[in-house]
Amino acid sequence: MAEGGQLVDHRDGRPVVLRLRGVRTQFDDNVVHDKLDFDMFKGEIVGLVGGSGTGKSVLLRTIIGLNPARRGKIEILGINRRGLRGRKEHELQARTGVQFQDGALFSSLTVAENIIIPIREHAGLDEETMRGIAALKIALVGLPPDTGEKKPSELSGGMRKRASLARALALDPELLFLDEPTAGLDPIGAAHYDELVKGLQKTLGLSILMVTHDLDSLYAACDRVAVLLDKRVVAGTMEEMLAYDHPWVREYFHGPRGRAAAKQG
Amino acid sequence: MAQALPTYRFADRNGATVLEVAGAWTVFSVRELAKKLQQRKTTEARQAAIVDTTRVTQLDTAGILEILRLSGAAATAEVQAADKAHADLFRVVQSNMRETPPEHHVNWLGRWLEEVGLSLIHFSQQLISLCAFFGEIVVIFAEACVQPKRFRPNAIVRQMYEVWVKALAIVGVLCFLIGVVIAYQGVQQLRQFGAETFTVEAVGIGMFRELGVLLTAIIVAGRSGSAFTAQIGTMQVNQEIDAMATIGLNPIEWLVLPRILALVLSMPLLAFWGDMAGLLGGAFACTIYLDFTFAQFFERLRDTVGPWHFYTGMIKSPIFGMVIAAIGCFEGLQVRGSAESVGQLTTRSVVESIFCVIVLDAIFSIVFLLAGV
Repeated sequence: MAEGGQLVDHRDGRPVVLRLRGVRTQFDDNVVHDKLDFDMFKGEIVGLVGGSGTGKSVLLRTIIGLNPARRGKIEILGINRRGLRGRKEHELQARTGVQFQDGALFSSLTVAENIIIPIREHAGLDEETMRGIAALKIALVGLPPDTGEKKPSELSGGMRKRASLARALALDPELLFLDEPTAGLDPIGAAHYDELVKGLQKTLGLSILMVTHDLDSLYAACDRVAVLLDKRVVAGTMEEMLAYDHPWVREYFHGPRGRAAAKQG
Repeated sequence: MAQALPTYRFADRNGATVLEVAGAWTVFSVRELAKKLQQRKTTEARQAAIVDTTRVTQLDTAGILEILRLSGAAATAEVQAADKAHADLFRVVQSNMRETPPEHHVNWLGRWLEEVGLSLIHFSQQLISLCAFFGEIVVIFAEACVQPKRFRPNAIVRQMYEVWVKALAIVGVLCFLIGVVIAYQGVQQLRQFGAETFTVEAVGIGMFRELGVLLTAIIVAGRSGSAFTAQIGTMQVNQEIDAMATIGLNPIEWLVLPRILALVLSMPLLAFWGDMAGLLGGAFACTIYLDFTFAQFFERLRDTVGPWHFYTGMIKSPIFGMVIAAIGCFEGLQVRGSAESVGQLTTRSVVESIFCVIVLDAIFSIVFLLAGV
């Protein structure tokens, strides 16, 4: 196996935006990940999959710093996550964006205010400029202009996900984390969302890690797939994964849903 | 973040105005530029049809917005970029640019009038739906009288444990303290007329008629009425109420009626407990300030305070309990959408139920006055 949990090396000289080495997470005696290695390169979209209980969300939370790792090293955009606090952590937070599963928009604020909050916190521009940026982000994620004045509770589930993506994009982050972005969307909405993410990746030059269950998303949007197996990550392209010999992987990618998604993709 | 500061200048090239920008144009650096512009106090207002970005080192969407704003011709400006990625980014921003929605400025009088009107409309709507809600409760109550097992005694007992047993300590302590305070003040004031023994009547009548039941009602509104709103409101947010309706369970029968009955039964018990604690507090204070014994205090109470003083308080208490429970449940069912609305409506339920209790208390004192008790 190549470096960073990869089956075959796909780095091609690109900078590494996320590097995990020997990461161990654990709750009491329950070890969720152990000796986990994982690399992500600039400009790619990686889908993180795994059976339920394998700790996809735990891994995401560990990377973004909500759930510290017991052991190992996590480097985000070349900065060591461990022991990072104060101004340094603040600066790193401005360079990454997170979209939570149900949006996690602040319910007492309008969508535009939700987008402005990270800008005000990190860049502190004048109101008019910030509102201009908010309107632009709302347009970028494909929401109608009047969404900005609405409260999150007035939006549908799919619109909330897009609004949350707009907030994650507020500062033009280099690295974006998405937690089950297409869960709960209808197939058409999910397909549009995949296209949106792919388009944004291209135009804004993002690197995206998305936790997903959606096989169609893996085929449509992702450059590589990272599978959580036996507390570690195995990463590769779709073709490599299809050829990989492991019972769970075989069942996941070669099951009826996997075959249907492959036919479309 | 160390970045080359953004700079710009207008130049003439073959008769056309060109905006030349250089340096880092990101969300973090445009603030520096804005500061500089403010210092200079002059913003060059010129239209540039062409934007030259070949010397830009860093670029993001916020930077592009700023550049396009400077050029004065946001959507139509022709962009020259060194880098294909920059040109692509410009195209994306230009195609997604919208007019910034104007902020609504209404003068304070207009806003005040609007708010008064809205709250008036809201108040009358609230009153109508509260009447409808009471009607629904009465219907379900009548139905349950025909089929007594629909009263759901288990739920009632469980609620009574929450609203009665768990409230005993706080009601007892507070009423005891109020009893002490009234007795102390009574002795101080009445001593000036040599009538300090009337302190016993002051404590007895005050606790029985008003303070015991009112204090209990306020405590119950704060701890049980608010809990009803929060519980039912959270269920509303989780769509549990909707789920009940689809299964065929009537939320009024399952959630509201047990709570109301529990509070109607608990309030007299709590008020009685509060009365007794208040008397004990009064007696305690009298032994200190009046050199009474406990026996003297209660003998005088028996001789001078008639039973109707006690009955009036006891008549009021179940009605206060019903109003508090009904408002708590009603506001809980009004919750829509978010967790924020649970908080708002919980506050409103407490304020409204205390308000209603005091208004009802005033009405009761008129009724009792007319009835001569």
